[in-house]
Amino acid sequence: MAIDVLMPALSPTMEEGTLARWLKKEGDTISSGDVIAEIETDKATMEVEAVDEGTLAKILVPEGTENVKVNAVIARLAEEGESAEDIDDAPASDDSENTSKAQTEAKNAPETEGDGDDSDEASAEEGASAPPKPDEDSLTDPDVPEGTNFVDTSVRDALRDAMAEEMRRDETVFVMGEEVAEYQGAYKVTRELLQEFGDKRVVDTPITEHGFAGLGVGAAFGGLKPVVEFMTFNFAMQAIDQIINSAAKTLYMSGGQMGCPIVFRGPNGAASRVAAQHSQDYSSWYAHVPGLKVVAPYDAADAKGLLKAAIRDPNPVVFLEHELLYGESFPVPDIEDYVLPIGKARVRRPGADVTLVAHSRMVGFALQAAEKLAEDGIEAEVIDLRSLRPLDTATVIESVKKTNRIVTCEEGWRFMGVGAEICATVVNEAFDYLDAPPTRVHQKDVPLPYAANLEAMSLPGTADIIKAAKQVCYVK
Amino acid sequence: MAKTPSRSKTSKSPPKLQRDEALKYYRDMLLIRRFEERAGQLYGMGKIAGFCHLYIGQEAVVTGMQACLKEGDQIVTGYRDHGHMLACDMDAKGVMAELTGRKDGYSKGKGGSMHMFSREKNFFGGHGIVGAQVPIGTGLGFSNKYRGTDNICVTYFGDGAANQGQVYESFNMASLWDLPVVYVIENNQYAMGTSVARASAETELFKRGISFEIEGEEVDGMDVYAVKAAGEKAVKYARSGKGPYILEMKTYRYRGHSMSDPAKYRKREEVDDIRTHHDPIDGLKGRILEQEIATEEELKDLDKEIKELVKEAADFSLDSPEPDPEELWTDVLREVESA
Repeated sequence: MAIDVLMPALSPTMEEGTLARWLKKEGDTISSGDVIAEIETDKATMEVEAVDEGTLAKILVPEGTENVKVNAVIARLAEEGESAEDIDDAPASDDSENTSKAQTEAKNAPETEGDGDDSDEASAEEGASAPPKPDEDSLTDPDVPEGTNFVDTSVRDALRDAMAEEMRRDETVFVMGEEVAEYQGAYKVTRELLQEFGDKRVVDTPITEHGFAGLGVGAAFGGLKPVVEFMTFNFAMQAIDQIINSAAKTLYMSGGQMGCPIVFRGPNGAASRVAAQHSQDYSSWYAHVPGLKVVAPYDAADAKGLLKAAIRDPNPVVFLEHELLYGESFPVPDIEDYVLPIGKARVRRPGADVTLVAHSRMVGFALQAAEKLAEDGIEAEVIDLRSLRPLDTATVIESVKKTNRIVTCEEGWRFMGVGAEICATVVNEAFDYLDAPPTRVHQKDVPLPYAANLEAMSLPGTADIIKAAKQVCYVK
Repeated sequence: MAKTPSRSKTSKSPPKLQRDEALKYYRDMLLIRRFEERAGQLYGMGKIAGFCHLYIGQEAVVTGMQACLKEGDQIVTGYRDHGHMLACDMDAKGVMAELTGRKDGYSKGKGGSMHMFSREKNFFGGHGIVGAQVPIGTGLGFSNKYRGTDNICVTYFGDGAANQGQVYESFNMASLWDLPVVYVIENNQYAMGTSVARASAETELFKRGISFEIEGEEVDGMDVYAVKAAGEKAVKYARSGKGPYILEMKTYRYRGHSMSDPAKYRKREEVDDIRTHHDPIDGLKGRILEQEIATEEELKDLDKEIKELVKEAADFSLDSPEPDPEELWTDVLREVESA
């Protein structure tokens, strides 16, 4: 059987090219790897290497021919024992035409499908092509039995307790990060873990976020459950490639083989007077990425229950804490193994007039705003998102259907932010229920300044929420 | 005693080759060569798309290293990964079907050339970001030590990745914590189109561990026996709990960086010279014939067998259907097991 030599594609986009020069002539013996011809495209000249061996029996496309289609037969090789006379010199076989036709079709297909890409709702109804959504009914907080003792606990200690409990429960859980062991944690979140678990499981790292985040990912691939602490998420920008490209995407790219059970945790957002490089809110950055879960609790009970869930989760979880909440105390139920579901919002205050949606420290401001608004006769419903991915949009929509107004509250910048996503969802799913345009409370669109007055102006707070809530209620 | 990097003192090849061993290396290298040639051809036909980085010329490195490993040892590399997968005994059909983006590929068609994995064979990828596999491999070594196994992780990266910061962050931690990792730098002389001399202040990459107290060695990466000798030493070192080890494999890729690289940054004569005088497969073939380990006829039969195997893989990869549309939504997250 003769072997067809086809016009090769030299790049993903090449469709045709010029056959510039033959470097072998009819009758020459060809070994695989020999350069047999040169091809020109608009971008480059490249050499064509033979894949098969044999004798160059027929050259079907003479040198200098332009616009030779990819996959056209350009020559035929005779195999051992064949003579050149046996070789058919028909220019192109049906087979190759079919091939290029199929390719063209394949190329067109995604474009037409792509048009429907932003209509998630439409495809959701079809079921088959919908992304799997968590069964929201199954996401319920565990019952706290009547008579349960509540212990006032700081967010800091609640986080610590969560790690300690999970480390007692599972030998493969370990904590690593800068100053987590001997120093007892830069913010004392890992206090006394070293004493209980030893330096094998509480690992002080050098100041190399990129390296130890990647090392953690490798350890997770290797079957461990790392809890990687970033001293703040501002420093995790050094490591974001490993968080997104390695931790979040590998399960998908491996067809489900490579689970990455890892928690990246640490304080996120503004602290106090530490200026722009140490004060960024990364909520929307991580929440943007499929393959991650993103949790941002407010109080101590949620911090504990959600961190325990994050450590047990078989997926990479970005756990956003807040430095200014570490020292605040909240009642935590004294229940053995208090684990909360990731992906379920909590209605912190019921109300019928306006929905305030917040996460992390902004929940506190929203609750304060609600108290003040009540004095003016406006009953605000406060929703604590707790998790940004998955995002419990059902709870938000249900609330908006009741209040007909929504104000989103976030510490980060407005532009492309968490509020933008929530408002778009509300407009999509509850448009007819809205009595006012959805409104966002957020940080001013500048790097966070150092000066006390400017910092206060830049960050959102209770007054901003009250103002926005009154605005959507059309109250002065 | 201070650790000092050195050029390999291991003799180039043992005086007498063992038949089974020699033929296995010959076969394994030839499989990679023929597989890659076929992959290049399928790329030319538009059956493989995107980025595709061929391993032709570097076959001795993975073949020699693989001979040093035992059950449970892990392998991780960058995006020039086809050879590594074949060396650790992943099925050529599954690899080729991933290249063609079909459902029977190792990643169900969702990863492609640069992103393939096999938990079963302890192949941890296939990573597309230059240098990203180095902390990951270091973490795999960490997991071995944590669990108290004597397994090691072979972490491959290229001369280009050798200039990445995360590599040195990894070296530091691996040495600090005595992690069982063998870093294999596949120095094929060009990071895409930039030669080592144009990109590296210190071109002797085996010395890159000096400031981390990691021993390093330069190895003739075109000689499978030299690779194996150096590999055994490094693997033994890491396995014994002494910490990481660096091997710089001096090797060469015959093809461009990827399929769309016309390789104008080097002379044809340079490639021809390596091909003619240093080819790892021809070199071994010459020795096999010279020492009468096998006959020309036997090697020809082996060639035929490999060709057939690769043809089957190619046919399989073209017959396998595209992934089911449902697969678009799977494997984004794992289900949480209910307590």
